[in-house]
This record gives sequence, structure tokens and C-alpha cells, in this order.
Amino acid sequence: MKRFFLAFLLTGTMATAAMAQSAQYTDAMTKQTSDLDSSSTFNPDALQQKGNTFERIADAEKSQWLPYYYAAYTQVMQALMLKDKSQVDPIADRSEANLDKAEALSPKNSEIACIRSLIATARLTVDPMTRGQKYGADAAAQLQQAKALNPENPRVYMLQGQSLLYTPEQFGGSKSQAKTTLELALAKFAAFKPESTIAPHWGEGYTRMMLQASQK
Amino acid sequence: MSSISRYLCLLMFTPLFSLAQSKISGKVTDSKKHPLPGVNIALKGSYDGATTTADGSFSFTTSATGDQVLSATLTNYQPLELKINTGSGEQLNIVLKNAVNALRVVTISAGSFEASDDKKGTVLKPLDIVTTAGAGADIANAIKTLPGAQQTNDREGLFVRGGTGYETQTLIDGMLVRNPFYSSLPDIPGRGRFSPFLFKGTTFSSGGYSAQYGQGLSSALILESIDLPERSSSSVGVSVIGVNAGVDNLSKDKKTSYGIEADYTNLAPYFNIVKPKNSPNLGPEIIGTSANFRHKTSRTGMLKFYGYGNWTKMGFNSNSLEYPGYTESFKLRNNNVYTNLTYRENIGHDWHLYLGASFSSNTDNIDADTLLKNPAPSLIKVTSNLSQSRVMFYKNLGRFSVLRLGGEYQYVEEKSAFNQNKANYSDNYTAAFAEGDIYFTPSFVGRVGGRAEYSSVLAKMDFAPRVSLAYKLNNYSQFSVAYGDYYQKPEPQYIRFDRNLGYMKATHYIVSYQRVAADYTFRTELFYKKYKDLVKTVPYYNNNGDGYAQGVELFWRDRKTFKNVDYWISYSYLDTKRDYLNYPYRVQPDFAANHTASIVYKHYLPKITTNLGLTYSFASGRPYYNPNQPADKFMSDRTITYNAVGVSASYLTSIRKAFTIFVLSVSNALGNKQVFGYHYSTDGLRRDEVVPNVPRFIYLGMFMNFGIDRRQDVINNL
Repeated sequence: MKRFFLAFLLTGTMATAAMAQSAQYTDAMTKQTSDLDSSSTFNPDALQQKGNTFERIADAEKSQWLPYYYAAYTQVMQALMLKDKSQVDPIADRSEANLDKAEALSPKNSEIACIRSLIATARLTVDPMTRGQKYGADAAAQLQQAKALNPENPRVYMLQGQSLLYTPEQFGGSKSQAKTTLELALAKFAAFKPESTIAPHWGEGYTRMMLQASQK
Repeated sequence: MSSISRYLCLLMFTPLFSLAQSKISGKVTDSKKHPLPGVNIALKGSYDGATTTADGSFSFTTSATGDQVLSATLTNYQPLELKINTGSGEQLNIVLKNAVNALRVVTISAGSFEASDDKKGTVLKPLDIVTTAGAGADIANAIKTLPGAQQTNDREGLFVRGGTGYETQTLIDGMLVRNPFYSSLPDIPGRGRFSPFLFKGTTFSSGGYSAQYGQGLSSALILESIDLPERSSSSVGVSVIGVNAGVDNLSKDKKTSYGIEADYTNLAPYFNIVKPKNSPNLGPEIIGTSANFRHKTSRTGMLKFYGYGNWTKMGFNSNSLEYPGYTESFKLRNNNVYTNLTYRENIGHDWHLYLGASFSSNTDNIDADTLLKNPAPSLIKVTSNLSQSRVMFYKNLGRFSVLRLGGEYQYVEEKSAFNQNKANYSDNYTAAFAEGDIYFTPSFVGRVGGRAEYSSVLAKMDFAPRVSLAYKLNNYSQFSVAYGDYYQKPEPQYIRFDRNLGYMKATHYIVSYQRVAADYTFRTELFYKKYKDLVKTVPYYNNNGDGYAQGVELFWRDRKTFKNVDYWISYSYLDTKRDYLNYPYRVQPDFAANHTASIVYKHYLPKITTNLGLTYSFASGRPYYNPNQPADKFMSDRTITYNAVGVSASYLTSIRKAFTIFVLSVSNALGNKQVFGYHYSTDGLRRDEVVPNVPRFIYLGMFMNFGIDRRQDVINNL
């Protein structure tokens, strides 16, 4: 009975949250998230622009975790693509700040843990020799956490596959293991039903690209 | 989104489009009028806004009317908000100021080389300390490739800027380490007792160091131990000279960890194959153990214990210089224990507390049969016990300034016995210090402090003022100056026989310039050091010695120019003279070379996952005492120049589940002749070169690690 009551209460809260999403919000978010997987988005300038837009939506809404989440996502992707590594830490800091706000609104979220893993990876690229140990372990731990929170999240397997693919074999990487993990990620993508049109759904195209690379 | 809801949205938004739209546009620049691209321009409370383009301009339309707040944000800049009226239609000119963050503020840098992961702008990373070929993962050996340190490879310790090894103090988490090096045999230096992997930060100060530390006339090596390990692991290693094993355990809640390590080294088999100049008659054997315990007592509190124990025995026979045809024997048995317990906590109102306690004990048992005509062999036993405690309070003032207040107390027992003759003493040493890092602006800082010390055995007090200033010229360059007085008790072997001695004193003046960019570092320093009250042993023990050291140092490091290559070059020019011990007048001492240079080269070959390292060290000839010279030519002879090339290769692989690394390293690979000085027979007729006991050392080892990937550590280990 108690459990039922709790579940009822939770559904109630979720419904209210859903109601609170204005049409303006849904529309803007749909527009901004629709081309996240497109190649034209994947350059530092376009990502920065998108990150800025998500930040504007986030700061206007304040009670939605998704715009903070997407701001953090686009910023960390920007950080990962930067040639000037001295800029990585400040942008990662900004991404992390947005992610903290997202997490405050939506705790224990597998998608947020995935972005935390990406932030650790971005920080690692600044100086792999000295940072490898700390941030490599951190990135892996965040993915473990993401998997524990939601074993059906395809992005967990996609990021694990990415790590296996791009880590040299002597450091624990493996193309064959990457292939298996990425295939698993694709299966999870096929089964994955995003909670809404604007909930995280990126990564399938990139997974296919990596799968091709792992078969070479 | 279904087509129906899309349609609905369209319907809902349609009225908006019919409303009046205001256009807002402008340009964003930095304070030097350079356009800033990527700035997030937002109308507060709405989605409306834009990102500035490459020329810093922006333009967007909004349906909001009247007075609104516009915000401009960009990473590394201070966010700005301004009131605008949407209807005004004016062109906005927005200027963003640089954000003042901890990475960009000036730091005290004169005299110090810092290796740390935590902070930006450091010259070295902790791993750099151990990635140096030929250094054999010895902290002091790696530091000898930095400017300021001498290539004194015939005695242990860091000889810095015309100072002796005794003038450099080693500290772990603020606590003094009395015997950081293995006890040495005559002319053979002992290496450092602790593993460089235990430390997250290493600061080598070649002068002008903080009032927090004292009792080192020249230099301080400040080591900061790591907090908690990343995860649990275990390791084993085998090499041509020994074996080692260790475990590191991190609790599930990641708040507590402990680790133990043990190693056994035996050089006898190696010396059976590679015959050293002096043949071993005892060992050489070393048993080492270490343990650590770390516990996070709260979100801000940290308790750390670190301790080690080492047992060494070694002895060599050498040909007698006094009595040709005879051999002399020298045997040493050493026991050394060091423990260190520290606690840090935030005690509120921006105050922090640091507490430390340490006990260490060192015993050397020497069995010397060096003079054949002696009635019996000489038995020497030297024990020193040191108990110390330290307390420090520090408070953050504003964003960057810090005030530190603290005190320390040391009780030392120095016992010495030569056959039946004993000469023991003890000393109570008390010190108090106060120091402030005051940021006048984010690019101009002053550190002002002082230290008062009292030693009971000398029955004297001293007061040492210290001042440093640093000014940041731009994002990369800074200029600094330092001044300070440094006092130190004379070595135990002199106090033991004469309690009327006083402190020795050095005054430092340093001017330094450095430019640290992401991929390269340039640094240069000018220094002048004045010595006063140095100990003299003739005609009787007194404090009438003095001297000076001055010079210029250069350091260049480049990680960019060549792919997968990192190298640094350091050069030191030293002009020093001193009158101390039995010197008749001021001369250049036998441990000082005028020119010292090092080139450290590291090359990573990703295809075969192998790291290659090469270190070349050079020093001009050092003075030595030749009794056949007349008194006015005292110490006027010079040894040949010192040249050493160290090479190392490490190959990374996995054997089953263990990350494994194979290491090959060769010291003095080219076999250059190295002479550090000469010993003369009493009559001055015969002399013996002081040379390394083995001219070239070849090391081969294999290290396996289970659990955590520490291969990068090990690769860098040689």
C-alpha cells in the first residue's frame, strides 16, 4: 500500500513536471535536439553556439534538467574537439557546472553519469601522460555508475565501446571487444524508447561509424 | 513530435509573429578592443539571444518589450549584465573583462621548481621527476638535472648554489626527514630512501623559500604525499638487483586506504659478474619496508600516516693508499625508521588547521679497518633520534590571499661512540613562524614572513625575515624577486665537541623571470648568496667562516617542436668561494663546479609502446686538495670535466591480466671517465682517484601490476 502510494505520488509529480513544460519549451528543445547527430553540428563553433542556446533555455526555464544536460553535452563535445588543449579545462568546468544543475533537478540519472564520463575523458586529453591514471579511472567509474543506474541506456555501451576502440591495446583497449560492445550498443539503441521526443537519444549514427572502424 | 502537436505549436506561436519584433545588435570586445567570438548573449528570462560571430558581433530579434536585462557570458571572462531598452535600437558595445581565476593569478616562483598535477603553470609534473633517464627513479638524481643543483656524484645530497648537501633539507608533508638518503660508504653516494610515487607534489627550492621551513642554509625539497589512491592494486617486480612487492587497498566507500610494500636488494650477484673497483666484503644488501594509512575524516578532513624502515649492510675492501700492498676494510650496518602522522581540517570561518607528528631514528654501525697500524679496528656507532611536532593555522583572506601562523618543536638525541669514547648530546629546538601571501592585485603578490628559532644546545635564538614579490606581466610571463635570511645549526659532528658554536647564516637575493606556455617553459634566475658564521675547525672550532655564491641559471623545456618528444635543457653558472672547516682562506670548495648543464630527452614510440629516455649531464672540473701545492695554491687544481650519458628503454605490454613493463637502463652508457677528486697519502707521494665504484651500471627489470594500470609509472621509473 505504502509503495503504491509512493508510486502514485511520483507519477503525480512527473505529470506536473510534464504539464509545466510549455509549448514554447518543447518546440525550442525539439528544434535544438533534432540535429544533434548531424555532421554540420560537429565542429567546435557550431557546438559552442548550441551550448549557448541550451544555456539560454536552461536559465530561462530553471526547473528543467534537459537544457542543462544538453548544454553540458554540447560543451564537453566542443572541449573534446578543441585543438588548443589549454582551453579544455575551462570549458569542461563550465560543462560540469551545467551538469551539476541538471543533476540537482534529476538525481541518479544514467544519462548525466555518461556526460560526467565524457568530461573526465576531455580532461584526460589535456595531458594523457600525467592525467591518464586519475581521469581514465574516473571516466570508467562514471560509466559503471551509468550502467548501474540504467543498464538499458545505449550510450553507456557506446562510450565503453569508444574507450575500447581508441585505447591502445597495451593499455587495455581491444578492437574485437570494442566491436562486441558497439554491437550491443546498437541492439540497445534499437530497443531504446526515449521518454519524450526531447529526451536524450543521440549517438546511434556515431556508434555505426565506430563499429565500421572496429571492423577494419 | 507528432504532426498534430507541431501544428498546435505553430498555431500557438503564430500570434507572436504578428507582434512587434525588436532587433537587438551590437559587438563584444575584450578590454584591449579585440573582438570576442562565441559570447553567449541572452535576454534574461527568455530564450532570446545569440552567439557572437568571429568579429564579435551579434544580432537577434525579440518580442520582449521595454526595459530588459541582457547578459553576456564567455568562458574565461567575467559575466556581464546590463539594462537595455528593446525599443532603443541602439548598437550595443559590450566589453568583457578577463575572469580572475586561480589559474591566472601570479604565484610566488623565485627560487622554486614545482612539480604538481594540481596547479597550472608548474614547470614539471610529478612523473617528470621519475621519467628521467639515468636518474634511477631517485628524486634527488632527477632534481640534479634542474638548474642550481651540482653533479656531486661522489657524495649524497643535493648541493645547491654553492651550498653543501647538509644545507638542503627534505620535508614530507611539512615534517623534516633527517636521513633522506641511504647511509653511504666513503665516495659512494646513497640514494633516496623513499619511492617518488608516494608524492603528488614536489617542490625543489634552490633558494628564497618560505618562512614555514627553516634550518636549511641553501635549499629545501618539499614533498607532499598523495591523499587516497584511485583504486586498489597489487604489484610485484623483479630486477637484476632485487625483488619487490606491494599492495594498496582502497575501502569501498573510498574514504580509507592502506598500503604496504617490501623490497629486497642484493648487489652481490651483480658485483660477482661486473667487478667493481672495490670488492664487497659485506652485502651489499638492503631490506626496505614501508606502510601508509590514509583516512578521510570528513568532507574536508584528512588523516595520513606514512612510515618506512630500512636495514642496510654493506662493506668494501680497498687498496690501502698509506701502505701499498695492503687492503683496508670498511663495513657499514644501518637501521633507519621514519614515521610521519599528519592531520588537516577546515575549522570554520576560513581557518584551517594542520597538525603533524613524526619520530625517526637512524643508527650507523661502522666497522673500519682503515689504518693498519691501529691497535684494533675502529668501531663507530652513530645514532640520532628525532621527535618532532608541528602545528599550523592558516586562513584564506579574500579570494587568493593567505595568512599562515605556526610553530614546531623538535627533540633530537645525537649519540656517538668511537670504540669506548662517547660524545652524546641532545637539543630542544623550537620555532615559530608567521607568513602572509598578500595579493595586491591578481597579477601582483607579495609574500612577507618571518621565523624565530631557538636551539637549547646552542642556547641561541635567531630571527629570519623572508620576503618575495612576484608580478605577472601577461598570461604567460612573470617576474619575481626574493630576499631571505636562513640559519642552520652546525653539523652534529661539530656540536658534539664544541657547544659554544652558533648558527651558520646565509642571506639570499634572487631575481627571476619565467615564461610558461602550454607547450614550453623558459626560466632564468640570477642569485647572490652571502654566507656568514660558517664552522671552521682550525685552529679550534669556531664560527669565523664565511663565503659567497653568485650565478645565473637557465632552463628551457619544449614539448611541442618534435612529435612525441619532450626535452629540457638546464644550465647553471656558479661563482662561489668559502672559507670553512680547515680552509686557510676563501677558495672555491671541492663540491662546486663553475659550469653545470643537463639535457633530458624523452621519446615515446607509440607503435612499439616503448619509451626511450636519454640524459646528458656535464660539469666543469671541480677543485681538489693537492698537498704538494704550496699554501697559496690551496685547492687550485681541477679535476677533468664530468660527462655522463644515461639511457633507458621501457617496453609496455600485458601478460595475462597483469600490465607489465620491461625496463633496461644504463648509466654512463658511453663509459666516460669520471673523476670526482683525489685522495693523497699522508706523505703526498701517492694519490688515488675518486671514481664511481662501477663505471657503468646496467639495470634490467620487469614489473607487473594487477588491478590498476601503473605501467605509466613504471615506464617512467628508469
